[in-house]
This record gives sequence, C-alpha cells and structure tokens, in this order.
Amino acid sequence: MAFKHEILEKNSILLTLAILVVVSIGGLVEIAPLFYLSSTIEKVDGMRPYTPLELTGRDVYVREGCYLCHSQMIRPLRDEAERYGHYSLAAESMYDHPFQWGSKRTGPDLARVGAKYSDEWHLAHMNRPQSVVPESVMPPYRFLNDNILDGRTIEAQLKTNRIVGVPYTDEQIAAAKADLFTQVDEYADGFDGFMARYPGANVRDFDGDPEHLTEMDALIAYLQMLGTLVDFSTYEANSEDNLR
Amino acid sequence: MSDSSARKGMGLDVITLGLFLSVMALVSLFLTANTHDPLMKVHAVILLAASVLGIVGLFMRAAGGLNFDQSRYEEGIIKAGVIATTLWGLVGFLVGVIIASQLAFPNLLYFENIGWLNFGRLRPVHTSAVIFAFGGNALMVTSFYVVQRTNHARLAGGVWPWFVFWGYQLFIVLAATGYVSGVTQGKEYAEPEWYIDIWLTIVWVTYLLVFLGTLWKRKIKHIYVANWFYLSFIVTVAMLHIINNISIPIGLTEHKSYSLFAGVQDAMTQWWYGHNAVGFFLTSGFLGIMYYFVPKRAERPVYSYRLSIVHFWSLIFIYIWAGPHHLHYTALPMWAQTLGMTFSIMLWMPSWGGMINGLMTLSGAWDKLRTDPVMRMLVVSVAFYGMSTFEGPVMSIRAVNSLSHYTDWTIGHVHSGALGWVAYVSFGALYCLVPWVWKRARLYSNDLVEWHFWISTIGIVFYITSMWVSGIMQGLMWRAYNSFGFLEYSFVETVEAMHPYYIIRAIGGLLFLIGALIMAYNLWRTARGDVRKGENVPDAAPLSIAIPAVQ
Repeated sequence: MAFKHEILEKNSILLTLAILVVVSIGGLVEIAPLFYLSSTIEKVDGMRPYTPLELTGRDVYVREGCYLCHSQMIRPLRDEAERYGHYSLAAESMYDHPFQWGSKRTGPDLARVGAKYSDEWHLAHMNRPQSVVPESVMPPYRFLNDNILDGRTIEAQLKTNRIVGVPYTDEQIAAAKADLFTQVDEYADGFDGFMARYPGANVRDFDGDPEHLTEMDALIAYLQMLGTLVDFSTYEANSEDNLR
Repeated sequence: MSDSSARKGMGLDVITLGLFLSVMALVSLFLTANTHDPLMKVHAVILLAASVLGIVGLFMRAAGGLNFDQSRYEEGIIKAGVIATTLWGLVGFLVGVIIASQLAFPNLLYFENIGWLNFGRLRPVHTSAVIFAFGGNALMVTSFYVVQRTNHARLAGGVWPWFVFWGYQLFIVLAATGYVSGVTQGKEYAEPEWYIDIWLTIVWVTYLLVFLGTLWKRKIKHIYVANWFYLSFIVTVAMLHIINNISIPIGLTEHKSYSLFAGVQDAMTQWWYGHNAVGFFLTSGFLGIMYYFVPKRAERPVYSYRLSIVHFWSLIFIYIWAGPHHLHYTALPMWAQTLGMTFSIMLWMPSWGGMINGLMTLSGAWDKLRTDPVMRMLVVSVAFYGMSTFEGPVMSIRAVNSLSHYTDWTIGHVHSGALGWVAYVSFGALYCLVPWVWKRARLYSNDLVEWHFWISTIGIVFYITSMWVSGIMQGLMWRAYNSFGFLEYSFVETVEAMHPYYIIRAIGGLLFLIGALIMAYNLWRTARGDVRKGENVPDAAPLSIAIPAVQ
C-alpha cells in the first residue's frame, strides 16, 4: 500500500485536516444544491409573508415548543391526504425561519389547520385542551391571555426577516406596528392599507377579548392561516416546473 | 511551560484568561445596562456573575500558587468532570421521568398558569440535559483523561482546560434557564439562541485547542485510536454547530433571532446537524470511550488495529450523509431523500465493524462478564450499540419510515441508543474513573453495581418495548381503513390508545433513574474511600498519576 495510515497517526494537524475533508463531503453534496437548483421550490400562487400578528403568533408557537408534538408537513400518502388535506409543498414554508416541519405527532399535523375550527374552539382548546378533547395530552396555555402585546420589537422582527430573505417591503416594515393592532380591529383606520399589504388576511378579534391585544390573539391568528395561502386551483402538480 | 515545580503568580495562560474574563464582564455589564428585553437581562446578569466569579476564582488560584507540574497528570479536572457528569445525568433523567409522566397523566401534571412547566418547554431541558450536559460532560472528562494517558502528557493550556469545563457548565445553565423561560430558536437539539451559541463556540474552540495542544506535547509517536474518535467528534461538532446555528438577531440586546435558512433548506441543514449530533456527539465520541475503557478494563489489546482504521474512516465519512432519512416523504427533493436512505443503510457496516472490534476485544477475558459488573455494563453498552445501529438503517428505509415516522417508534429507537449505549458506556467509564482518580483500591460496592445494572436494564426493556408497541400501533391506526373505505380512527382515538404504553414508559424511565441514583451513591462512597462490608471482589489496582518516562 503506497499510502501509510501511519502518517496520519503521527501528525495531529494532518489527521485533523483529513477528518475535516472527509466529514465535509456529504453535507456539501446534499445541502449546497438545494440553494441553487430552481426545482427545489415549486412555483405557486398565493404565498405572502406573514402579517406582523401572524409572525408574532408563529414566534409564540416556536417559543412554546409546539413543534415537539405537532408536525407541519403532510406527506403524500393516501391516509394523510384524507386526514389533513393536500400534501405540503416546499413553497408553503419558504418564508419560515426556522422551518417547523416537526418530527413527531403526539398531536395531529397542523400544516392545514387554518380555518378548520372556530376561533372560539381554539380559545377553549388553548385554555384547557381537555375541555374540548377529553383524551388530549396537550398542556394548557391559558397564560397567553395575560401576555399583552406592545409591538416593541415588531419592526425589528420584520426587518430581520427581510435580511434573511423574506420579501417584506419598506411599506410593510414602516406600518408593522400599526398593522399588528389593525388585524384585530376591522374598523381600524389602517384596514384598507393592511388588506392591500396582506391580501386575504383574517381581520377580527381572535381571542374574545377586544380590549387587549394578546399573545392568544397572535397564536390563533397564526393557526387560522396555516396552510391556507397557496391557491391549489392554479397549482399544477405535474407541470415540468413542479416535478421533483 | 517546562518548569516542573509549582509556579507562583502570572503565567501567560493566567494573563490571557484574566483578560478574556474582563472583556466578558464588560460586555455583559453593557448588556445588563442597555437591554430592554427582560429575558436577555436575566442572561446578561448570569453572564456578568459568571465572569466576576471566574475572575475571583482565577485570582485566588493564582495567588495560592498554581501547581502545573508537567511530570504529573491533571487530575483535578477529571474529578470535577466526574461529579458534573453524574449530577447532570440525574437532572436529565429526572426531567425525562417528569415529561414522560405528563404525557401519561396530563390532568395531574399540567397547570394552567405555569407555562414553564409545560411539556414543550421541559422537553428541550430533558434532551439537552441528557445529550449535552450528561453526555457532553462524560465526553469531555473521558477525553481529558484519555488524551493525557495515551500520550503521556499533561493537559495543555494551564488554566484554560478549567475555562473549558466551567464555560461548558455555564452554557448548560444558560440553555436550560432559556428553555424554561422561552428563549429558543425552535430547532430540535439546537434550541439555544444566538448569544448562547456564540458562547458555546468560544468554549468549543478552546476545547479543540486544549485537546490538540495536548497531542502536540505527546511523548508517544502514534496517536492512539481513541483520540481519533475524540478528535473527529470535536472537529465535526464545531462544524455542525456553527453552520446550523447561523441566524440574525433582531437586535444586539434582544434574545430573539431568525434562522438564516428557511423551509426546505433549513430542514435539510437542521437534520444534517441533528443526525450528526447523533453520529458525532453520541457515537463517535462515545466510541472514543469504548476504545479506551473496554481494552483497559478487560486488560486486553483492541481486537483489530486494521478494523479500527477501516471502521473510523468509513463511519465518519458515511454518517454525514444520513440526515435526509429524517425527511422521507416530505417536501425535500426526492434525490436528497434517496441519498440519505442509501447512506443510512451503508452505515450499518461500519457501525457493526466498531461493535465487533469492541466485543472481540474481550477474547480470552469473557469470564470477566461474570465477575466484573462494570465490564458487563461496558459490554452490554456495545451490544445495545449494535442493536440500535441495526434498527436505525431499517427505519431509514422509505417504506418502513412511512410507518415509523412521527410515531413513538422513533422515540424508542433513540432511547435504546441513548440509555443502552450512551448512558451505559458512560456509567462504565465513571465506575472506572472514580477509583482511578480518587486512588481507591476498589469500588465501594460491586453488589450495588449489580443492582444498578439490573434495575436499569429492566427499565430500558420497559421503555423500548412499550415504545415499539405504541409506535407501530399508532402508525397502523393512522393508516387503517374500514370496510366502507373511510379512515377507521380519528386522531384522538390513537392518542387514547397510547395511554397504557405511556405509563409503562414512565415506569421504565423511573427504574433507569433509580439505577442512576444507586450509582451516584456508590461513586460518592467510593470517592470517600469507604468499602462495603461483606464484599471482597478485588478490583484492579489504581493507576499512578505520574507520567511514565519516555522510553
């Protein structure tokens, strides 16, 4: 054998470099192409960045570790399509920093939970899950009603999302704080502007407490839009662009 | 640094560490004063307190005279590491029992207005405590022990190894207090936020330098195989940690950040990280433990030198590719899923190569399984390693995965590896290390090791069998159709069906915790120098702490 392993065993720097080269290859081959292959993400209509309230709700979802028991990824299997709806597309999480596909279903998948239950159901379920689903093993989230939102960092949150690639416009960032409050009040002055910035967004008081803007409002607003953005009437699963 | 007597005052290591801690104190003072984020404020105060304590500790140690006798091994840090490993292990197992009980008895163990006690906040505390706190300390302490002994050199860096030790404990405290108060970036096994990640990076790079520095001082020409595994673990974990955690904070005085990657790219990066946290943290590093402690305890050389070379390079090359098997049937492109599955199946071979090398090391010493319960624990850990690394490739096959994914089967698989392999090989190493570094002729009690072994083993069996049953059952219930062609079960019916298995799982975890408590007691009595009456199974004589002269 021309190459002697002894050389590596006697030189710690060569050994370290050899390890680094050997462990880099797999990641380079599997990860790097996903950033430039245009077929990675499907071409769809309807995707828009999250509204400030939905983004706040998503941050609550992340903070509370919901992803540890709920997936947001419907697989293209018959039973999942019948139970949860159309299989999830890569495009549907293209603005998700971080992704929340999950790895375990102690509870059901939430990728298309939006608009399936009423706000009242969600509120009761969050306050005490067993009040609406007696067999549930989910923890209660009543304390979210007491966490009042002031929008202190919402502009910075949108700006940071723009830095990492979410196409928020200058207008959306400037109006972020106002939009946060507008989404729970359909009679607000900024209503028309808000709807123009976020077409199709739900505007209403989500948590049954119109006096306060709370984390419960935000979380329910987020849950109610999950999986509802993509227009499947115009999506062609078998077109050249979308076959992967 | 070649002086062999006790050194008074300031060496270069003390000055650099003192400067570093001063900068850290200033940065955390600035953060404390300027942040409007209450969670960041708490962490800034913890950082400030830690840096002040560090400076005071360093000053007192330096004033008292630092003993860095280069003709002797550094053993104080081994003692500290053994204690930290044991205590964090107990914490991690306890939190595991708590969250398992929450799923078994949700009506008793959840409180409507105590958010931090919820499963979603405690689960990362459990996973991080067992993987990073217990496992990480076990790896750090054994690597510091092994790198000294196999190279006949004292740890490099003077006081810096102590920075690595305490810096790592600080990382754990920041991470855990963050999880319960809601500081998380929401990526499994990589939950700590950006500033905690930066802190860990500093500690980890120092760890690498201490390890390499000790290799540079070695008096043995060949670097022993255990050190290759430790080195690959340290280097690769650094790479994985840095890349997967790239994120942009919403402000320099805010805890919240957003991952640089989104959706499908983020998923791929995360599971490249996540699976190799298994591959390099929980496998490669612990194989380093196996390659030192199994031959040492059996008093036999490693079975095959050639097999260890082939095993090492094939294992670290193939492991990196296996991540996409966590993403079968998702929106990840098919080519990536197929690559992940293919390499996962190939991974079976190097894994079993390592298992064979470990088990066959006992050739001619199999009788020790009967007489030495510590040896038995080490051997059973290797056997569990073989079992999990067979189960893993099976579960990575796309058709199997369509059933097993999202179910408890995955949880059972992880625990057969984590309890059976990682924890058992660590327990074995702890049982070896305590008599060795505290200079005791034997353990306090071999009978208590027997009790620990059997109680824990029964616990593991309860755990993994209940999760197999509940996982496969739930997977089958989700896809069951009735004779009319409708789905047979609603989701919540499958949750209800899990109930008995969740109780059995919690009991299994409790047994495992009881075993670990017995171990902690036994180790404590051993360190005190006690010997339990009525037992006289002789252990190996303690090793000398002096560095053998070069031949």
